[in-house]
Amino acid sequence: MENTRFVNKGIVKKDAKVLLSGRPVYTDDIAPSDCLVVKLLRSPHAHAWIEDISTAAALKVPGIEAVFTYKDVPEKRYTQAGQTFPEPSPDDRLILDQHIRYNGDPVAIIAGKDENCVSQAMKRIKVKYKVLEPLLDFTKAIDNPIIIHPEDNYVVKSDIGNDVKRNICASQCRGNGDIDKVLSECDYTIDQTYHIKAVSQAMMEVFCAFTSIDIYGRIKVISSTQIPFHARRIIARGLNIPKSKVRVVKPRIGGGFGAKQTAVMEIYPAFVTYKTGKPAKLVFTREECFIQGSPRHEMQVHVRLGADKNGKIRGIDLSTLSNTGAFGEHGPTTVDLSGTKSLSLYRMEAFRFKTEVVYTNVLSAGAYRGYGATQGIFAVESAVNELAHKLDIDPIKLREMNMVREGDLLTNYFGEVTNSCNLDKCVAKVKEMIGWDEKYPYVKTGPHTVRSVGMAMAMQGSGIGGVDVGSVQLKLNDDGFYTLMIGCSDMGTGCDTILAQMTADGLGCEFDDIIVRGVDTDQSPYDSGSYASSTTYVTGMAVVKACESMRKRICEEAAAIMGLKENEVEFDGETISENDNPEHNMTLSDLITSLQAGNGHIIEVTESHTSPVSPPPFMAGAAEIEVDLETGKITPINYVAAVDCGTVINTNLARIQAEGGLVQGLGMTLYEDMQYTKAGKMKNRNFMSYKIPTRLDMGNIKVEFESSYEETGPFGAKSIGEIVINTPAPAIADAVYNATGLRFRTLPITAEQVLMGLLDKEEA
Amino acid sequence: MIIDLFINGKKIQAETAPDQMLIDFLRGLGYKSMKRGCDTGNCGLCTVWMDEKPVLSCSVPAARAAGHKITTLEGVQEEAAEFSDYLANEGADQCGYCSPGLIMNVLALKREIPNPTMAQIKEYLSGNLCRCTGYQGQYRALAKYFGVEE
Amino acid sequence: MHTIRNYIMAESLEQAWELNQKGRNNIIIGGNLWLKMGRRNIINAIDLSSLGLDKIEEDEGGFRIGCMATLHDIETHEGLNKEFQNLFKEAVRHIVGVQFRNCATIGGSIFPKLGFSDVLTAFLACDTQVILYKKGEVPLREFIYIPTDNDILTHLYVKKDGRKTAYESFRMTETDFPTITCAVAKTQDGFETVLGARPKHAEVVVDEVVADAFSSEEVADYAKRVIGKLQYGSNIRGSEQYRKQLSKVLIGRCISRLTEE
Repeated sequence: MENTRFVNKGIVKKDAKVLLSGRPVYTDDIAPSDCLVVKLLRSPHAHAWIEDISTAAALKVPGIEAVFTYKDVPEKRYTQAGQTFPEPSPDDRLILDQHIRYNGDPVAIIAGKDENCVSQAMKRIKVKYKVLEPLLDFTKAIDNPIIIHPEDNYVVKSDIGNDVKRNICASQCRGNGDIDKVLSECDYTIDQTYHIKAVSQAMMEVFCAFTSIDIYGRIKVISSTQIPFHARRIIARGLNIPKSKVRVVKPRIGGGFGAKQTAVMEIYPAFVTYKTGKPAKLVFTREECFIQGSPRHEMQVHVRLGADKNGKIRGIDLSTLSNTGAFGEHGPTTVDLSGTKSLSLYRMEAFRFKTEVVYTNVLSAGAYRGYGATQGIFAVESAVNELAHKLDIDPIKLREMNMVREGDLLTNYFGEVTNSCNLDKCVAKVKEMIGWDEKYPYVKTGPHTVRSVGMAMAMQGSGIGGVDVGSVQLKLNDDGFYTLMIGCSDMGTGCDTILAQMTADGLGCEFDDIIVRGVDTDQSPYDSGSYASSTTYVTGMAVVKACESMRKRICEEAAAIMGLKENEVEFDGETISENDNPEHNMTLSDLITSLQAGNGHIIEVTESHTSPVSPPPFMAGAAEIEVDLETGKITPINYVAAVDCGTVINTNLARIQAEGGLVQGLGMTLYEDMQYTKAGKMKNRNFMSYKIPTRLDMGNIKVEFESSYEETGPFGAKSIGEIVINTPAPAIADAVYNATGLRFRTLPITAEQVLMGLLDKEEA
Repeated sequence: MIIDLFINGKKIQAETAPDQMLIDFLRGLGYKSMKRGCDTGNCGLCTVWMDEKPVLSCSVPAARAAGHKITTLEGVQEEAAEFSDYLANEGADQCGYCSPGLIMNVLALKREIPNPTMAQIKEYLSGNLCRCTGYQGQYRALAKYFGVEE
Repeated sequence: MHTIRNYIMAESLEQAWELNQKGRNNIIIGGNLWLKMGRRNIINAIDLSSLGLDKIEEDEGGFRIGCMATLHDIETHEGLNKEFQNLFKEAVRHIVGVQFRNCATIGGSIFPKLGFSDVLTAFLACDTQVILYKKGEVPLREFIYIPTDNDILTHLYVKKDGRKTAYESFRMTETDFPTITCAVAKTQDGFETVLGARPKHAEVVVDEVVADAFSSEEVADYAKRVIGKLQYGSNIRGSEQYRKQLSKVLIGRCISRLTEE
């Protein structure tokens, strides 16, 4: 970027100094000490009916304020997913329900003056369960005699292909061309099923919120949320009160990655405050973050891919089965990305994309970075790698023959054409960065070790086309500094900073002249929230528009004072001058001073943006791993990635987004494995047994950018937040194949599976 | 029970419970830089120093701190500034939630091994989890701070 | 979370011992890392940290290690690691992180005979005496089979007997609990092999021998015999079969390190 002073630079985050000094700025840090402590009694059964529940003994514990059960809550069902109206997820939950649907499902809300009394009271609640057989195998959910949602007050709000009595939360099928005919004509086909398990976002800050009654008698919720405006709706609906009675404020957030796009727990303290009128606080333990979080949807993806004898891909038939768990949060929407963001990586004659989303007796899934694309891309990219081996073509060459190019109509992407696509350059770049030609497929490095490489491509969206809305409000203040009011949530991603960079360039002022005001639903302009890779692209465009309007307003007001017309002056960021007579001018500071004294005009603009399209960012990633053939251990050595996210707004923060996403991708590929007992109890519910990568488990990460220019985005930008998690799984799976000859189609790929596979191969 | 101890060089007398952990004791007194990120001692977010050594404040009983010197990030702001700036300049603070624990452990490393190798740095900090950055940006900052190759 | 009614900073071992006899709700607190995760209702939590038991003292015959010395202390003790070829450093460096190892104590790691213990594996590879307040000295290799009681482990004494040791472990991530731990000691009489995290607590096999000049087949055969003497099981970190396979590999690696030098 040539004409920018702040965009495309590595500007330090606005909040960095405060965060790094350890100041109390997160939800639990700022909660008042007089909050009632709220805890949840949870079901030890995965599927049960509460026959009787007695809270009398619990209420007698000194310090206990209230104990609530299913008998106390509104009967209207709602969903906790945070997406734009009409919110496709069915209204399928109550705050507390007599029907228990997963191990950990809350049974009672206990509120008291401190942890001790609440813990004591919890032990004194007597619950008589009728234990029911759980439905745990999602491949057997459809038409199973066990029905997860038999209730009559279940509500479907839009056409999602729901058939709840068959345990189908959502389903659909679409396509183009005669896929069966095309596949029948292909010289080579790959017909395989891939299984991606649920994984947890494991953000460092646990879920937490506190609530109180504000001076106008409304419920004020301070929450670590990515979706303040949707949270307001969710809480209002859950409590069955008007939205005007709820206010949501977001302080600094300690990471989200989609976990906090579902309001998993705000409703409980809100309900306590609603019923008692007293302030209340709930902080989840790490264990609760696992058992009542909002993990990635487990998916089984069946791929039938056909190619001609030269390796030209002719068609893909993709069928995804998704496990939404006990409730449908994000169920209907995540599954769609498994086909839109995978098939659209390739040119082809025909495709079919079929989905089914089913209910089971595990916790509800939710939104996790990548949002279904991760699952679909693992399947399709693995299948393409399998095709390469079948044809004995270099996987990179196969990509070069088939990948989508700029100007193409995207295969399964709502009729959109990509007008900014450097995927070809990304592939070429990773090839060079990893030293592909020297290392493919493997190099022997010791008596029992080999190093191998594997690669994959990925795409995502930039916001949800025609749905997501971002708004900003810009105010001109004394001395000529600006307040930028935003409704999107900085959760460490740095959107406060990058939007300020855009604003400073848009207005021609200094970066420090922009004050960013984060989210309070009473004050901030409406924003869908920070998810779906939307903030930079969608809210960023609202910033661009707001800057134009602000410049116009400044010129209008200055021109009036200067006795000129608006089009006779220009504004350079500091001074407004007459076009033909630059000596005739006034400073911005003088302008605002005169407006603030007896003038009655203020300079304030609000702009909103929505995009009819969702231009995909593209990337390629390549893994180099070392496999110990005696123990099966897979050690990541290098991971390289080249990303086309359009113009990079903040070079530091985009890089960190990419590196962080890649390591999360490594985690789900090699280490993270949510496991259940036969009775449906989650086994690994803490960091002792659910292993996210430590700094010793990730090797070296290198990221480069191959930026295209997206005309519809701010300064040419697309998104970066989610796409970066998508390549590690298929790339590493293929590297493992290259090292061992073993093909893994289920994640994670563990050392034990590798070694046992090698031993089996030896025997055979 | 009442305990006497030193927090950031200041002599403090305060009430604690026999089963209170140091993290809750400190946060109750207004020192909130240390965070609780897990229940199992794995994440390192709660790192403070006891007698100059980095410990997990989620696991040390507050009563055990009686008579000892506790140091939190609030007490070493000047010493922390240089490394914090390196982190900020890389954008490697991200959500910032793990930063105080990391910084406390980095300063402890500097005191224990003034000129560590990159391998020593990685190993010493392995108990500081971060989910945002993928650690690579932290390494860029650490390499500059310790003057070693990345 | 556990609850504690009284927190007692012991003023003498006798006082600590007396309190510890009052039943199982009275407990000596080590690093508190494992204990705090339980849900016990403790009446008297007894803290030994004021009794000077956190030292590692070297004399001509060996090392006397106080029960309140931490894992980081044995990790960084020069004499100890020089004597045993970095056995202790190798054994503990994977344990979570340095802050964790500054909390976790030797007493807390040895006394409960935890199944996943790297620390127990390492000490079993040496001639280690457990020093109990009342019962006095007991060889560690016997102590692990004695049911846990209310005595107090005050010290370990590790003898210098010229043995050479090697340590290997396998874990799913670098700082995870081990899937298997393995230490091999070479003494004048031959090899002693310790295997832990099977997932039962570590045990030593001393009575299997390998001939002096041996081939890789003979090592494999030795490993097979050692593994055959021990019980294995499965858990979240690996199956019985995988653990046996890993044991074979790690024994081989330890022996080759010991014989290369």
